Amino acid sequence: MTPPPALHLSGQAKIGDTPIFGPLVMEAPAGQWTCLLGPSGVGKSTLLRLFAGLGDEVTFEGTFGAGDGAPLEGRVALMAQGDLLMPWLDVTANVTLGARLRGAEVARDRALGILDWVGLSDHAAKRPDELSGGQRQRVALARTLMEDRPVVLLDEPFSALDARSRARMQDLSAELLAGRTVLHVTHDVAEAARLGQVVLVMTGDGMSMAEPPCAQVPRTYDAPGTLAFQGALLRQLMEAQ
Amino acid sequence: MTRALHAAAATLLAVLSWQALVTLADLPRFILPGPGLVAQALWSNRALIADHALITAIEVLVGLGLGSALGFVSAILLAASPLALSLLRPMLVFSQAIPVFALAPILTLWLGYGLWSKVAMALLIIYFPVTSAFFDALMRTAPGWLELARVMNAPPARVMWHIRVPAALPGFASGLRLAVVYAPIGAIIGEWVGASQGLGYLMLLANGRAKIDLMFAALIVLGILTLTLHAAVDALCRRLWGA
Repeated sequence: MTPPPALHLSGQAKIGDTPIFGPLVMEAPAGQWTCLLGPSGVGKSTLLRLFAGLGDEVTFEGTFGAGDGAPLEGRVALMAQGDLLMPWLDVTANVTLGARLRGAEVARDRALGILDWVGLSDHAAKRPDELSGGQRQRVALARTLMEDRPVVLLDEPFSALDARSRARMQDLSAELLAGRTVLHVTHDVAEAARLGQVVLVMTGDGMSMAEPPCAQVPRTYDAPGTLAFQGALLRQLMEAQ
Repeated sequence: MTRALHAAAATLLAVLSWQALVTLADLPRFILPGPGLVAQALWSNRALIADHALITAIEVLVGLGLGSALGFVSAILLAASPLALSLLRPMLVFSQAIPVFALAPILTLWLGYGLWSKVAMALLIIYFPVTSAFFDALMRTAPGWLELARVMNAPPARVMWHIRVPAALPGFASGLRLAVVYAPIGAIIGEWVGASQGLGYLMLLANGRAKIDLMFAALIVLGILTLTLHAAVDALCRRLWGA
Protein backbone atom coordinates (compact mmCIF):
# COMPACT_ATOMS: atom_id res chain seq x y z
CA MET A 1 0.00 0.00 0.00
CA THR A 2 1.27 3.46 -0.92
CA PRO A 3 1.33 6.08 1.90
CA PRO A 4 -2.17 7.45 2.48
CA PRO A 5 -2.72 10.95 1.07
CA ALA A 6 -4.75 13.76 2.60
CA LEU A 7 -8.01 14.72 0.86
CA HIS A 8 -9.15 18.23 0.10
CA LEU A 9 -12.13 19.81 -1.57
CA SER A 10 -13.04 23.40 -2.21
CA GLY A 11 -15.97 24.53 -4.31
CA GLN A 12 -19.65 23.94 -4.92
CA ALA A 13 -21.68 21.15 -6.50
CA LYS A 14 -24.85 21.16 -8.56
CA ILE A 15 -26.90 18.52 -10.28
CA GLY A 16 -28.47 20.23 -13.27
CA ASP A 17 -29.55 23.60 -11.86
CA THR A 18 -30.17 22.30 -8.34
CA PRO A 19 -27.45 23.31 -5.87
CA ILE A 20 -26.32 20.28 -3.84
CA PHE A 21 -23.72 21.77 -1.51
CA GLY A 22 -21.30 24.62 -1.08
CA PRO A 23 -19.44 26.72 -1.68
CA LEU A 24 -17.40 25.08 1.08
CA VAL A 25 -13.90 23.93 1.99
CA MET A 26 -13.05 20.49 3.37
CA GLU A 27 -9.77 18.94 4.50
CA ALA A 28 -9.28 15.34 5.63
CA PRO A 29 -5.78 14.74 7.00
CA ALA A 30 -3.62 11.87 5.74
CA GLY A 31 -3.85 8.55 7.57
CA GLN A 32 -6.65 9.72 9.88
CA TRP A 33 -10.31 8.87 10.33
CA THR A 34 -12.45 11.85 9.35
CA CYS A 35 -16.18 11.75 10.04
CA LEU A 36 -18.39 13.90 7.89
CA LEU A 37 -21.50 14.39 10.00
CA GLY A 38 -24.65 16.03 8.74
CA PRO A 39 -28.40 15.72 8.28
CA SER A 40 -29.88 13.87 5.30
CA GLY A 41 -30.01 15.80 2.04
CA VAL A 42 -27.11 18.10 2.83
CA GLY A 43 -24.98 16.63 0.03
CA LYS A 44 -22.46 14.62 2.03
CA SER A 45 -22.94 11.48 -0.07
CA THR A 46 -22.46 13.55 -3.23
CA LEU A 47 -19.19 14.84 -1.79
CA LEU A 48 -18.08 11.27 -1.10
CA ARG A 49 -19.07 10.19 -4.62
CA LEU A 50 -16.80 12.87 -6.07
CA PHE A 51 -13.81 11.37 -4.27
CA ALA A 52 -14.88 7.89 -5.41
CA GLY A 53 -14.85 9.07 -9.02
CA LEU A 54 -18.58 8.37 -9.35
CA GLY A 55 -20.09 11.84 -9.56
CA ASP A 56 -20.87 11.77 -13.31
CA GLU A 57 -24.21 13.50 -12.73
CA VAL A 58 -22.61 16.25 -10.59
CA THR A 59 -21.36 19.56 -11.94
CA PHE A 60 -18.56 20.57 -9.58
CA GLU A 61 -17.04 24.03 -9.68
CA GLY A 62 -13.78 24.07 -7.76
CA THR A 63 -11.00 21.65 -6.96
CA PHE A 64 -10.79 18.39 -5.07
CA GLY A 65 -8.33 15.53 -4.86
CA ALA A 66 -5.41 14.06 -2.97
CA GLY A 67 -2.98 16.18 -0.99
CA ASP A 68 0.00 14.64 -2.82
CA GLY A 69 -1.38 15.88 -6.14
CA ALA A 70 -1.50 12.39 -7.73
CA PRO A 71 -4.82 11.13 -9.12
CA LEU A 72 -7.09 9.24 -6.72
CA GLU A 73 -8.08 6.59 -9.24
CA GLY A 74 -6.92 3.17 -8.10
CA ARG A 75 -6.17 4.40 -4.58
CA VAL A 76 -9.74 4.40 -3.28
CA ALA A 77 -11.97 1.71 -1.80
CA LEU A 78 -15.69 2.25 -1.17
CA MET A 79 -18.00 0.75 1.42
CA ALA A 80 -21.63 1.74 0.95
CA GLN A 81 -24.76 1.56 3.06
CA GLY A 82 -25.84 -1.66 1.37
CA ASP A 83 -23.37 -4.53 1.58
CA LEU A 84 -23.44 -4.95 -2.25
CA LEU A 85 -22.61 -8.65 -1.96
CA MET A 86 -23.27 -10.76 -5.05
CA PRO A 87 -25.84 -13.39 -4.03
CA TRP A 88 -24.48 -15.94 -6.52
CA LEU A 89 -20.95 -15.88 -5.04
CA ASP A 90 -19.86 -17.40 -1.74
CA VAL A 91 -18.23 -15.27 0.93
CA THR A 92 -14.65 -15.90 -0.23
CA ALA A 93 -15.52 -15.15 -3.86
CA ASN A 94 -17.24 -11.93 -2.76
CA VAL A 95 -14.17 -10.87 -0.80
CA THR A 96 -11.90 -11.52 -3.80
CA LEU A 97 -14.26 -9.85 -6.29
CA GLY A 98 -11.93 -6.96 -7.04
CA ALA A 99 -9.09 -9.18 -8.24
CA ARG A 100 -11.42 -11.14 -10.49
CA LEU A 101 -12.91 -7.95 -11.90
CA ARG A 102 -9.45 -6.68 -12.79
CA GLY A 103 -8.30 -10.04 -14.19
CA ALA A 104 -5.62 -10.20 -11.50
CA GLU A 105 -4.52 -13.25 -9.58
CA VAL A 106 -6.90 -14.13 -6.75
CA ALA A 107 -5.03 -14.19 -3.43
CA ARG A 108 -7.19 -16.77 -1.72
CA ASP A 109 -4.96 -17.25 1.33
CA ARG A 110 -4.94 -13.54 2.01
CA ALA A 111 -8.73 -13.47 1.70
CA LEU A 112 -9.04 -16.28 4.24
CA GLY A 113 -6.69 -14.39 6.56
CA ILE A 114 -8.84 -11.26 6.31
CA LEU A 115 -11.99 -13.30 6.90
CA ASP A 116 -10.29 -14.53 10.06
CA TRP A 117 -9.72 -10.92 11.21
CA VAL A 118 -13.38 -10.06 10.77
CA GLY A 119 -14.37 -13.30 12.56
CA LEU A 120 -15.94 -15.07 9.59
CA SER A 121 -13.51 -17.96 8.96
CA ASP A 122 -16.29 -20.46 9.64
CA HIS A 123 -18.50 -18.83 7.00
CA ALA A 124 -16.02 -18.64 4.10
CA ALA A 125 -17.97 -21.06 1.91
CA LYS A 126 -21.45 -19.71 2.71
CA ARG A 127 -23.66 -17.66 0.43
CA PRO A 128 -24.64 -14.14 1.52
CA ASP A 129 -28.29 -15.14 2.09
CA GLU A 130 -27.14 -17.54 4.82
CA LEU A 131 -25.64 -14.66 6.84
CA SER A 132 -27.11 -12.06 9.19
CA GLY A 133 -27.06 -8.34 8.32
CA GLY A 134 -24.09 -7.75 10.62
CA GLN A 135 -22.16 -10.66 9.14
CA ARG A 136 -22.87 -9.46 5.61
CA GLN A 137 -21.52 -6.02 6.45
CA ARG A 138 -18.40 -7.70 7.88
CA VAL A 139 -17.95 -9.46 4.52
CA ALA A 140 -18.21 -6.04 2.87
CA LEU A 141 -15.52 -4.77 5.26
CA ALA A 142 -13.33 -7.78 4.38
CA ARG A 143 -13.83 -7.02 0.68
CA THR A 144 -12.80 -3.40 1.32
CA LEU A 145 -9.68 -4.52 3.24
CA MET A 146 -8.84 -6.98 0.47
CA GLU A 147 -8.59 -4.05 -1.94
CA ASP A 148 -5.83 -2.66 0.32
CA ARG A 149 -6.28 0.93 -0.84
CA PRO A 150 -4.77 3.88 1.08
CA VAL A 151 -8.05 5.85 0.95
CA VAL A 152 -11.26 4.29 2.25
CA LEU A 153 -14.61 5.98 1.69
CA LEU A 154 -17.46 4.90 3.95
CA ASP A 155 -21.00 5.94 3.03
CA GLU A 156 -23.11 5.25 6.14
CA PRO A 157 -22.06 1.59 6.08
CA PHE A 158 -23.39 0.76 9.55
CA SER A 159 -26.68 2.65 9.51
CA ALA A 160 -28.84 -0.39 8.71
CA LEU A 161 -27.45 -2.47 11.59
CA ASP A 162 -28.94 -2.92 15.06
CA ALA A 163 -27.23 -1.02 17.91
CA ARG A 164 -25.07 -3.91 19.09
CA SER A 165 -23.88 -5.04 15.63
CA ARG A 166 -23.21 -1.41 14.80
CA ALA A 167 -21.00 -0.86 17.87
CA ARG A 168 -19.07 -4.04 17.07
CA MET A 169 -18.63 -3.05 13.43
CA GLN A 170 -17.37 0.36 14.55
CA ASP A 171 -14.73 -1.27 16.80
CA LEU A 172 -13.67 -3.72 14.11
CA SER A 173 -13.46 -1.10 11.36
CA ALA A 174 -11.54 1.37 13.54
CA GLU A 175 -9.04 -1.36 14.34
CA LEU A 176 -8.61 -2.71 10.81
CA LEU A 177 -8.69 0.55 8.87
CA ALA A 178 -6.29 2.38 11.21
CA GLY A 179 -3.48 4.16 9.35
CA ARG A 180 -5.52 4.74 6.18
CA THR A 181 -7.16 7.98 5.18
CA VAL A 182 -10.80 7.28 6.00
CA LEU A 183 -13.61 9.61 5.00
CA HIS A 184 -16.74 8.42 6.77
CA VAL A 185 -20.09 9.96 5.91
CA THR A 186 -22.63 9.49 8.70
CA HIS A 187 -25.76 11.08 10.15
CA ASP A 188 -25.30 9.37 13.50
CA VAL A 189 -23.81 11.69 16.16
CA ALA A 190 -22.92 8.77 18.45
CA GLU A 191 -20.98 7.15 15.62
CA ALA A 192 -19.09 10.35 14.80
CA ALA A 193 -18.30 10.82 18.51
CA ARG A 194 -16.83 7.32 18.74
CA LEU A 195 -14.87 7.14 15.50
CA GLY A 196 -13.84 10.60 14.29
CA GLN A 197 -10.22 11.66 14.82
CA VAL A 198 -11.45 14.66 12.88
CA VAL A 199 -15.17 15.47 12.89
CA LEU A 200 -16.55 17.81 10.26
CA VAL A 201 -20.12 18.99 10.63
CA MET A 202 -21.79 19.67 7.30
CA THR A 203 -25.05 21.64 7.35
CA GLY A 204 -26.85 24.15 5.18
CA ASP A 205 -24.56 26.78 6.72
CA GLY A 206 -21.45 25.07 5.34
CA MET A 207 -18.66 23.03 6.88
CA SER A 208 -17.38 23.47 10.43
CA MET A 209 -14.91 21.47 12.49
CA ALA A 210 -15.77 20.06 15.93
CA GLU A 211 -13.12 19.51 18.59
CA PRO A 212 -13.11 15.78 19.50
CA PRO A 213 -11.93 14.47 22.91
CA CYS A 214 -8.31 13.31 22.97
CA ALA A 215 -9.22 9.67 23.77
CA GLN A 216 -8.10 7.20 21.11
CA VAL A 217 -10.60 5.88 18.58
CA PRO A 218 -12.72 3.84 18.81
CA ARG A 219 -13.77 5.78 21.91
CA THR A 220 -15.67 3.94 24.60
CA TYR A 221 -19.36 4.45 23.91
CA ASP A 222 -20.28 5.29 27.51
CA ALA A 223 -17.20 7.31 28.50
CA PRO A 224 -18.19 10.79 29.78
CA GLY A 225 -15.93 12.45 27.17
CA THR A 226 -17.59 10.56 24.30
CA LEU A 227 -21.08 11.32 25.59
CA ALA A 228 -20.32 15.00 26.09
CA PHE A 229 -18.87 15.23 22.59
CA GLN A 230 -21.94 13.47 21.22
CA GLY A 231 -24.14 16.08 22.94
CA ALA A 232 -22.01 18.93 21.61
CA LEU A 233 -22.26 17.56 18.07
CA LEU A 234 -26.03 17.29 18.30
CA ARG A 235 -26.24 20.85 19.61
CA GLN A 236 -24.13 22.03 16.69
CA LEU A 237 -26.47 20.24 14.28
CA MET A 238 -29.59 21.63 15.96
CA GLU A 239 -28.34 25.19 15.95
CA ALA A 240 -27.39 25.14 12.29
CA GLN A 241 -29.76 25.82 9.45
CA MET B 1 -49.29 -33.86 -3.30
CA THR B 2 -52.25 -31.47 -3.21
CA ARG B 3 -50.96 -29.95 -6.46
CA ALA B 4 -50.93 -33.34 -8.19
CA LEU B 5 -54.42 -33.98 -6.84
CA HIS B 6 -55.63 -30.63 -8.17
CA ALA B 7 -54.08 -31.31 -11.59
CA ALA B 8 -55.75 -34.72 -11.73
CA ALA B 9 -59.10 -33.22 -10.74
CA ALA B 10 -58.77 -30.46 -13.36
CA THR B 11 -57.95 -33.03 -16.07
CA LEU B 12 -60.93 -35.16 -15.04
CA LEU B 13 -63.20 -32.10 -15.11
CA ALA B 14 -61.98 -31.16 -18.61
CA VAL B 15 -62.52 -34.69 -19.94
CA LEU B 16 -66.01 -34.84 -18.40
CA SER B 17 -67.02 -31.45 -19.87
CA TRP B 18 -65.69 -32.58 -23.25
CA GLN B 19 -67.77 -35.77 -23.10
CA ALA B 20 -70.80 -33.83 -21.87
CA LEU B 21 -70.48 -31.35 -24.78
CA VAL B 22 -70.29 -34.20 -27.31
CA THR B 23 -73.25 -36.05 -25.78
CA LEU B 24 -75.54 -33.09 -25.07
CA ALA B 25 -74.95 -31.30 -28.39
CA ASP B 26 -75.08 -34.62 -30.20
CA LEU B 27 -71.96 -33.75 -32.20
CA PRO B 28 -71.02 -36.15 -35.02
CA ARG B 29 -67.63 -37.86 -34.57
CA PHE B 30 -66.17 -36.14 -37.66
CA ILE B 31 -66.72 -32.75 -36.00
CA LEU B 32 -65.69 -33.49 -32.42
CA PRO B 33 -65.03 -37.06 -31.33
CA GLY B 34 -65.47 -37.83 -27.64
CA PRO B 35 -62.55 -38.50 -25.30
CA GLY B 36 -63.10 -42.24 -25.48
CA LEU B 37 -62.70 -42.34 -29.28
CA VAL B 38 -59.64 -40.11 -29.13
CA ALA B 39 -58.07 -42.31 -26.46
CA GLN B 40 -58.74 -45.31 -28.67
CA ALA B 41 -57.14 -43.61 -31.68
CA LEU B 42 -54.19 -42.63 -29.51
CA TRP B 43 -53.64 -46.18 -28.34
CA SER B 44 -54.07 -47.92 -31.70
CA ASN B 45 -51.79 -45.40 -33.46
CA ARG B 46 -49.26 -45.15 -30.63
CA ALA B 47 -46.25 -46.18 -32.71
CA LEU B 48 -47.15 -43.83 -35.55
CA ILE B 49 -47.79 -40.89 -33.22
CA ALA B 50 -44.60 -41.58 -31.25
CA ASP B 51 -42.52 -41.50 -34.46
CA HIS B 52 -43.96 -38.16 -35.52
CA ALA B 53 -43.81 -36.74 -31.99
CA LEU B 54 -40.10 -37.59 -31.83
CA ILE B 55 -39.49 -35.60 -35.04
CA THR B 56 -41.40 -32.58 -33.70
CA ALA B 57 -39.59 -32.85 -30.35
CA ILE B 58 -36.21 -32.81 -32.12
CA GLU B 59 -37.19 -29.76 -34.19
CA VAL B 60 -38.37 -27.95 -31.07
CA LEU B 61 -35.29 -28.84 -29.00
CA VAL B 62 -32.78 -27.91 -31.70
CA GLY B 63 -34.65 -24.65 -32.41
CA LEU B 64 -34.84 -23.91 -28.71
CA GLY B 65 -31.14 -24.58 -28.18
CA LEU B 66 -29.97 -22.53 -31.16
CA GLY B 67 -32.48 -19.71 -30.61
CA SER B 68 -31.61 -19.37 -26.90
CA ALA B 69 -27.88 -19.42 -27.61
CA LEU B 70 -28.29 -16.79 -30.31
CA GLY B 71 -30.54 -14.70 -28.03
CA PHE B 72 -28.03 -15.00 -25.17
CA VAL B 73 -25.15 -13.75 -27.32
CA SER B 74 -27.19 -11.00 -29.03
CA ALA B 75 -28.47 -9.60 -25.75
CA ILE B 76 -24.93 -9.37 -24.35
CA LEU B 77 -23.73 -7.71 -27.55
CA LEU B 78 -26.59 -5.19 -27.47
CA ALA B 79 -26.02 -4.45 -23.79
CA ALA B 80 -22.26 -4.11 -24.22
CA SER B 81 -22.17 -1.85 -27.26
CA PRO B 82 -24.27 1.29 -27.68
CA LEU B 83 -23.36 1.19 -31.38
CA ALA B 84 -24.73 -2.33 -31.80
CA LEU B 85 -27.82 -1.24 -29.91
CA SER B 86 -28.53 1.79 -32.09
CA LEU B 87 -27.90 -0.19 -35.31
CA LEU B 88 -29.62 -3.45 -34.45
CA ARG B 89 -32.51 -2.48 -32.22
CA PRO B 90 -34.60 -0.81 -34.97
CA MET B 91 -33.99 -3.87 -37.13
CA LEU B 92 -35.07 -6.20 -34.34
CA VAL B 93 -38.22 -4.21 -33.68
CA PHE B 94 -39.04 -4.04 -37.41
CA SER B 95 -38.50 -7.78 -37.73
CA GLN B 96 -41.22 -8.22 -35.13
CA ALA B 97 -43.64 -6.35 -37.39
CA ILE B 98 -43.43 -9.22 -39.89
CA PRO B 99 -45.52 -12.16 -38.69
CA VAL B 100 -43.14 -15.11 -38.43
CA PHE B 101 -45.83 -17.31 -40.01
CA ALA B 102 -45.51 -15.33 -43.23
CA LEU B 103 -41.89 -16.45 -43.46
CA ALA B 104 -42.67 -20.16 -43.31
CA PRO B 105 -43.06 -20.66 -47.10
CA ILE B 106 -39.83 -18.76 -47.74
CA LEU B 107 -37.94 -20.82 -45.17
CA THR B 108 -39.26 -24.01 -46.74
CA LEU B 109 -38.11 -22.75 -50.12
CA TRP B 110 -34.63 -21.97 -48.80
CA LEU B 111 -34.07 -24.83 -46.37
CA GLY B 112 -36.18 -27.59 -47.88
CA TYR B 113 -38.83 -29.92 -46.47
CA GLY B 114 -36.58 -31.45 -43.83
CA LEU B 115 -35.64 -30.66 -40.27
CA TRP B 116 -33.95 -27.30 -40.81
CA SER B 117 -36.89 -25.24 -42.08
CA LYS B 118 -38.79 -26.17 -38.89
CA VAL B 119 -35.77 -25.50 -36.69
CA ALA B 120 -35.46 -22.09 -38.35
CA MET B 121 -39.15 -21.34 -37.65
CA ALA B 122 -38.82 -22.33 -33.99
CA LEU B 123 -35.60 -20.32 -33.73
CA LEU B 124 -37.13 -17.20 -35.27
CA ILE B 125 -40.20 -17.31 -33.08
CA ILE B 126 -38.23 -17.58 -29.82
CA TYR B 127 -35.28 -15.36 -30.68
CA PHE B 128 -37.01 -12.08 -29.87
CA PRO B 129 -38.56 -13.00 -26.50
CA VAL B 130 -35.28 -14.53 -25.27
CA THR B 131 -33.18 -11.60 -26.49
CA SER B 132 -35.45 -8.91 -25.14
CA ALA B 133 -36.03 -10.54 -21.73
CA PHE B 134 -32.28 -11.04 -21.23
CA PHE B 135 -31.36 -7.63 -22.64
CA ASP B 136 -33.82 -5.85 -20.33
CA ALA B 137 -32.36 -7.71 -17.34
CA LEU B 138 -28.81 -6.83 -18.45
CA MET B 139 -29.74 -3.15 -18.53
CA ARG B 140 -31.18 -3.27 -15.00
CA THR B 141 -28.03 -4.21 -13.06
CA ALA B 142 -28.19 -2.68 -9.58
CA PRO B 143 -26.36 0.71 -9.83
CA GLY B 144 -24.54 0.01 -6.55
CA TRP B 145 -22.81 -3.03 -8.05
CA LEU B 146 -21.73 -1.10 -11.12
CA GLU B 147 -20.34 1.70 -8.95
CA LEU B 148 -18.47 -0.78 -6.77
CA ALA B 149 -16.96 -2.29 -9.92
CA ARG B 150 -15.95 1.16 -11.13
CA VAL B 151 -14.19 1.98 -7.87
CA MET B 152 -12.44 -1.39 -8.22
CA ASN B 153 -11.18 -0.27 -11.67
CA ALA B 154 -12.87 -3.11 -13.54
CA PRO B 155 -12.88 -3.01 -17.37
CA PRO B 156 -16.40 -3.13 -18.93
CA ALA B 157 -16.02 -6.62 -20.41
CA ARG B 158 -15.22 -8.07 -16.99
CA VAL B 159 -18.09 -6.18 -15.36
CA MET B 160 -20.34 -7.73 -18.00
CA TRP B 161 -19.11 -11.25 -17.40
CA HIS B 162 -18.73 -11.20 -13.61
CA ILE B 163 -21.65 -8.97 -12.61
CA ARG B 164 -24.15 -8.04 -15.30
CA VAL B 165 -24.58 -11.49 -16.87
CA PRO B 166 -24.93 -13.46 -13.62
CA ALA B 167 -27.26 -10.81 -12.20
CA ALA B 168 -29.42 -10.99 -15.35
CA LEU B 169 -29.72 -14.79 -15.53
CA PRO B 170 -33.18 -14.78 -13.89
CA GLY B 171 -34.28 -12.53 -16.79
CA PHE B 172 -32.79 -15.01 -19.26
CA ALA B 173 -34.70 -17.75 -17.44
CA SER B 174 -38.02 -15.95 -17.88
CA GLY B 175 -37.26 -15.51 -21.60
CA LEU B 176 -36.51 -19.22 -21.80
CA ARG B 177 -39.81 -20.09 -20.10
CA LEU B 178 -41.68 -18.12 -22.77
CA ALA B 179 -39.55 -19.61 -25.53
CA VAL B 180 -40.33 -23.17 -24.55
CA VAL B 181 -44.05 -22.51 -25.11
CA TYR B 182 -43.50 -20.62 -28.38
CA ALA B 183 -41.02 -23.00 -30.00
CA PRO B 184 -43.58 -25.78 -30.73
CA ILE B 185 -45.79 -23.20 -32.50
CA GLY B 186 -42.92 -22.46 -34.89
CA ALA B 187 -42.21 -26.11 -35.53
CA ILE B 188 -45.89 -26.93 -36.22
CA ILE B 189 -46.34 -23.99 -38.62
CA GLY B 190 -43.21 -25.19 -40.42
CA GLU B 191 -44.65 -28.66 -40.69
CA TRP B 192 -47.96 -27.36 -42.01
CA VAL B 193 -46.27 -25.46 -44.80
CA GLY B 194 -44.25 -28.38 -46.02
CA ALA B 195 -43.11 -31.59 -44.35
CA SER B 196 -43.27 -35.34 -44.57
CA GLN B 197 -42.94 -35.97 -40.83
CA GLY B 198 -43.91 -34.49 -37.48
CA LEU B 199 -47.10 -33.99 -35.47
CA GLY B 200 -48.20 -31.00 -37.57
CA TYR B 201 -47.84 -33.07 -40.71
CA LEU B 202 -49.72 -35.95 -39.07
CA MET B 203 -52.59 -33.63 -38.12
CA LEU B 204 -52.94 -32.33 -41.68
CA LEU B 205 -52.81 -35.89 -42.99
CA ALA B 206 -55.44 -37.10 -40.53
CA ASN B 207 -57.62 -34.11 -41.34
CA GLY B 208 -57.42 -34.85 -45.07
CA ARG B 209 -58.53 -38.42 -44.45
CA ALA B 210 -61.32 -37.36 -42.06
CA LYS B 211 -59.57 -39.17 -39.18
CA ILE B 212 -60.59 -36.49 -36.72
CA ASP B 213 -59.96 -38.76 -33.73
CA LEU B 214 -56.32 -39.19 -34.84
CA MET B 215 -56.03 -35.43 -35.32
CA PHE B 216 -57.14 -34.82 -31.75
CA ALA B 217 -54.86 -37.57 -30.49
CA ALA B 218 -51.90 -35.83 -32.17
CA LEU B 219 -53.03 -32.50 -30.72
CA ILE B 220 -53.14 -33.92 -27.19
CA VAL B 221 -49.67 -35.43 -27.58
CA LEU B 222 -48.41 -32.04 -28.78
CA GLY B 223 -49.88 -30.39 -25.68
CA ILE B 224 -48.28 -32.98 -23.40
CA LEU B 225 -44.95 -32.50 -25.20
CA THR B 226 -45.06 -28.74 -24.63
CA LEU B 227 -46.07 -29.08 -20.98
CA THR B 228 -43.29 -31.58 -20.32
CA LEU B 229 -40.73 -29.31 -21.96
CA HIS B 230 -41.98 -26.35 -19.96
CA ALA B 231 -41.77 -28.29 -16.69
CA ALA B 232 -38.26 -29.47 -17.57
CA VAL B 233 -37.00 -25.98 -18.45
CA ASP B 234 -38.68 -24.56 -15.35
CA ALA B 235 -36.98 -27.14 -13.13
CA LEU B 236 -33.65 -26.51 -14.85
CA CYS B 237 -33.88 -22.73 -14.36
CA ARG B 238 -34.83 -23.12 -10.71
CA ARG B 239 -31.97 -25.48 -10.10
CA LEU B 240 -29.37 -23.39 -11.92
CA TRP B 241 -30.35 -19.89 -10.87
CA GLY B 242 -32.98 -20.32 -8.19
CA ALA B 243 -35.36 -18.21 -10.27
